[in-house]
Amino acid sequence: MAGISRRDFVKLLGAGGAASALGLNAGCETVPKSSKAAPRVVVVGGGFGGATCAKYLRIYDPTLNVTMIEQNANYVTCPGSNWVLGGVRTLTDITQNYDALRSKHGVNVVQDRVTSIDATRRVVSLASGKTVEYDRLVMSPGIDFRWNAVEGYDEAASELIPHAWKAGPQTVLLQKQLHAMPDGGTFILCPPPMPFRCPPGPPERASMVAHYFKAHKPRSKILILDAKEGFSKQGLFMDAWNELYPGMIEFVPASKGGKVSRVDTKTNTVYTDEGLTTHKGDVINFIPAQRAGEIASKSGLANEAGWCPVNQHTFESTQVPNIHVIGDSAVAGALPKSGHSANNIAKMTAAAIVSLFRGVKPPLPSHVNTCYSLVSPEYGISVAAVYRLDEKGVLKGINEAGGLSPKDAPRLQRVQEANYAQGWYKGITQDTFG
Amino acid sequence: MFFSSKLSKAVFSGLAGTLALAGATTIQAQEISRAQVIATTCYTCHGTYGVSPGSIPSINDISAERMESILQGYRSGQRVSTVMGRHASGYTDEEVKEVAQYFGNVQKRGK
Ligand SMILES: Cc1cc2nc3c(=O)[nH]c(=O)nc-3n(C[C@H](O)[C@H](O)[C@H](O)COP(=O)(O)OP(=O)(O)OC[C@H]3O[C@@H](n4cnc5c(N)ncnc54)[C@H](O)[C@@H]3O)c2cc1C
Repeated sequence: MAGISRRDFVKLLGAGGAASALGLNAGCETVPKSSKAAPRVVVVGGGFGGATCAKYLRIYDPTLNVTMIEQNANYVTCPGSNWVLGGVRTLTDITQNYDALRSKHGVNVVQDRVTSIDATRRVVSLASGKTVEYDRLVMSPGIDFRWNAVEGYDEAASELIPHAWKAGPQTVLLQKQLHAMPDGGTFILCPPPMPFRCPPGPPERASMVAHYFKAHKPRSKILILDAKEGFSKQGLFMDAWNELYPGMIEFVPASKGGKVSRVDTKTNTVYTDEGLTTHKGDVINFIPAQRAGEIASKSGLANEAGWCPVNQHTFESTQVPNIHVIGDSAVAGALPKSGHSANNIAKMTAAAIVSLFRGVKPPLPSHVNTCYSLVSPEYGISVAAVYRLDEKGVLKGINEAGGLSPKDAPRLQRVQEANYAQGWYKGITQDTFG
Repeated sequence: MFFSSKLSKAVFSGLAGTLALAGATTIQAQEISRAQVIATTCYTCHGTYGVSPGSIPSINDISAERMESILQGYRSGQRVSTVMGRHASGYTDEEVKEVAQYFGNVQKRGK
């Protein structure tokens, strides 16, 4: 790679960083007052992005003052939540805590909700009334939903027809409904339009529900009414469904009448074909369209599309200086919105922030993503990729690397990948929270 | 090299100077290496520092020479794998060597 120009460097630092780099605001109140004070980083959100970033900031520089603000005491992971629906794991198995971040990594974990950010004064306000100052802020609030993008589906509706796209009480609600469903019933799954968190999540969910049905309610059906034409790892999933759950799962793409235009919670019905066709479900799982976490949009970090544009080298916002947006909320080139991506983005961002504080060049990023899906506890498939910045500063998958598990692979390979999927869960949760 | 021009070096020392003047930080003019950056991406599946808590093999206790030859085997396809072939082919010879050496040193440091 060629050397960068001074103008690029200014861009890299972001407007505010450049100003301080050039000495424009030296001595103003936004820089720490004590000559010995360590730089302060505030991390918003303790999910895969936030927790990893807080941990690796402290690994890269143990002198940093790192505060992570998370509204919940514990974190229920979305990865593995489909396995709970399949009866393969319990909610306790997928509940993580912040003990190691506190005791092992010296992160100041605060349970509170961020209500606003004053990016000029660099102060975060919390629901408790407290405020926290920062030199750089990392924003990793995950996603929020576009309520009412489809008629009849708002937050209140999700208490009756769950989305279960944030793990926790929603997962439990969907599981209860599946358990209460009679044998021979119909489960309708409605995946969202792009972009959304975890592209292979909906077909994995269909698989895990099928696994549960096969054992407990074998006459039941699964109808996937999709807002899109296809889905992630489609060929691999469909081959596996034919083998493991023949005749149980039907997929309807948008153009063949899969696009839902209205949800009616009173009659448990979804309407497709501009309202001409109705589908009544015994259990419905409607996953709404998504956008960056509310606090990110509220803080001026999101664009008109609802996601947060960033410099894909440092993940600093291109809209607000000194704030790095990571994880699902960020526009991260070709990286999918996954926990794996969030974990890698968090590490690259930690390296960039530490470098910027030190006044040295942030290392060039290198990202990996691997999304494992369980079709059954003994049948795993995956998609993988390695990502680098291209000459335009956009993260792109490397052509020579990545790809899907092979089609028609011997069964042993599916067994191995199912085993690794479960190993992946242990690895990433240790690397993020341990 | 990434920041190779004299100009960018000047800007960086300017930045360091400004921060020192502003008292923002003790300057540790330490760059984070490419090998360390790439190694951290291995930790997502293999556990932090390569110490795996689950069914994915640990990679913290492998000599630099052996690590390099294993990764090259995945790259060429000579070594059979489920997913490592799809990963290893994303790196250059140099990167593979540097990462292998990084892991060799982590092992010596006992992290
Ligand atoms: C069913 C399902 C299965 C999945 N499976 C996989 C998988 O197998 N592999 C994979 O890699 N990914 C998977 N994912 C995707 C993964 O869960 C997300 O991509 C990942 O969680 C994104 O991390 P994040 O840090 O951006 O957001 P999150 O993990 O959602 O974390 C955001 C955190 O911020 C907190 N927060 C938000 N706003 C505030 C506020 N104002 N104040 C304080 N705290 C706040 C939230 O409470 C939350 O804890 C799956 C997702 C789903 C839905």
